[in-house]
Amino acid sequence: MIRFSDVHKSYRVDGRDIPALQPFDLAIESGEVFGIIGHSGAGKSTLIRLINLLERPSGGRIAIDGVEMTTLDEPALRVQRRRIGMIFQHFNLLASQTVADNVAFPLRLAGERDAGTIRARVDELLARVGLAAHADKYPSQLSGGQKQRVGIARALANRPSILLCDEATSALDPQTTASVLDLLAEINRELKLTIVLITHEMDVVRRVCDRVAVLDAGIIVESGAVADVFLHPQHPTTRRFVNEALPEEAATEQAPFARVPGRILRLSFRGEATWTPTLSRVMRETGVDFNILAGRIDRIKALPYGQLTLAMEGAGVDRALAALRAAGIEIEEIAA
Amino acid sequence: MSAPVLQTLFPHIDDWAEIGRACVDTLLMLGGSLALTVVIGLPLGVLLYLTGKGQLREMPKLYGVLSLLVNVLRSIPFIILMIVLMPVTYALVGTKLGIRGAIPPLVIGAAPFFARLVETSLREVQQGVIEASQAMGASVWQIVRHVLLPEARGGLIASTTVTAIALVGYTAMGGAIGAGGLGDLAYRYGYLSYQSDYMLVTVVLLVVLVQLLQMLGDRIVSRYNRR
Repeated sequence: MIRFSDVHKSYRVDGRDIPALQPFDLAIESGEVFGIIGHSGAGKSTLIRLINLLERPSGGRIAIDGVEMTTLDEPALRVQRRRIGMIFQHFNLLASQTVADNVAFPLRLAGERDAGTIRARVDELLARVGLAAHADKYPSQLSGGQKQRVGIARALANRPSILLCDEATSALDPQTTASVLDLLAEINRELKLTIVLITHEMDVVRRVCDRVAVLDAGIIVESGAVADVFLHPQHPTTRRFVNEALPEEAATEQAPFARVPGRILRLSFRGEATWTPTLSRVMRETGVDFNILAGRIDRIKALPYGQLTLAMEGAGVDRALAALRAAGIEIEEIAA
Repeated sequence: MSAPVLQTLFPHIDDWAEIGRACVDTLLMLGGSLALTVVIGLPLGVLLYLTGKGQLREMPKLYGVLSLLVNVLRSIPFIILMIVLMPVTYALVGTKLGIRGAIPPLVIGAAPFFARLVETSLREVQQGVIEASQAMGASVWQIVRHVLLPEARGGLIASTTVTAIALVGYTAMGGAIGAGGLGDLAYRYGYLSYQSDYMLVTVVLLVVLVQLLQMLGDRIVSRYNRR
């Protein structure tokens, strides 16, 4: 568990303190994938660097599994850092070393001297990230996705309990992004590793995260389970992120269906409800007429969900809504 | 080329072996001073880098002092530095003349220059790679040894080449005040005695030496560059 208590951070520029993160509390549970989303300059790189103390907080406490990080001296901090892997937007591999030596680097830093042990561990890690055939290449010979896989293998070398991902897919094309995210999800599942990732793409959060915090100008404006935040965004910044992921939603926000008769409602289905014909059953039983204005069916991590914007007319609308709610469908009224 | 032809082309040169000895002297001065320059300049350059603004061991006062020292030594023309340093040279090696007498001023003149080049090369190393190493729990010494120096290898070799070539120039200047070598020949025979054939031969030899150093340096750089 990573626990921030009343942590804040400001930078001193030209003799003035410029706040980067307003005081906040945050707890990240062991084994979860926690996303921090924000625009550039929102403070998310600072926040993720507070975890391994690449950035020191201006105040407050940061504890990892009960170990108070800010009180550690330098050698103790180095030992703790070996338990926290980190991958980067620009990979940050050693250009002068082969793939195998890049992955072996953290092992050597931790004092491992035995060449056989190192070789075996490197082979195992490269096999896990699907780069077994590339051990003797240099980073410049690899594609971006392959470089990030080397970064992941390197980050896992010392069997960390936490993996920090600093915009890990922002420099990759969509297809490569998907495969790297799949790999991260697999690592999280199989190694029971806590993953903290920062991103400016809601799609990244939707694919892999369990919980998310939305950061805006140094303030955590919203946080919670991804499905809740994604389906019912509260803060304007969050809505903007969600709309980027769902282009058709934007229409709902900006142009209310003024000319559409009836009540405009947004229905959200989660999990099994997505696959059952609840809507058609309720409509038939209550004799309500409906029209689909916008909709989407997709997944949030493993959870299937659907979101439909409907116009409903007829005497039985209230009865229909009650029946839908009883079936576990969430309903928001956009316009009466 | 037979002896009469050489005699026609170079009427004043009667002892080619002397030119050979001068070459060897120049190479010895160069080799000795370059080795010591690297031994002193490399750590100094690393120290300049580490204590610089925003770096791993930022120490503005120490950096200020080192930087000033380097700038002062670099701004004194070598021939004047050599004269100023004569008492120091005598105290260090027991003579102000010959190869041994030349090496202390050569090193004191070249090491600050090399250190500055080292500092610049290290600054070329991506900040992100250093940050990644810190995140992996590397100590400053481990970062210097395993990240900075290997990653900057190409730049460091190129810096060594530039320094070696500067030292060739310094040794020739040193020749004028008793260091021996090719510069000494050029100065005594070529300049003071108006024997332009001596001047020509020494200049050609110096040009060839510089060319060889540059080629060797470039070849090593391309061998190690992985970018």
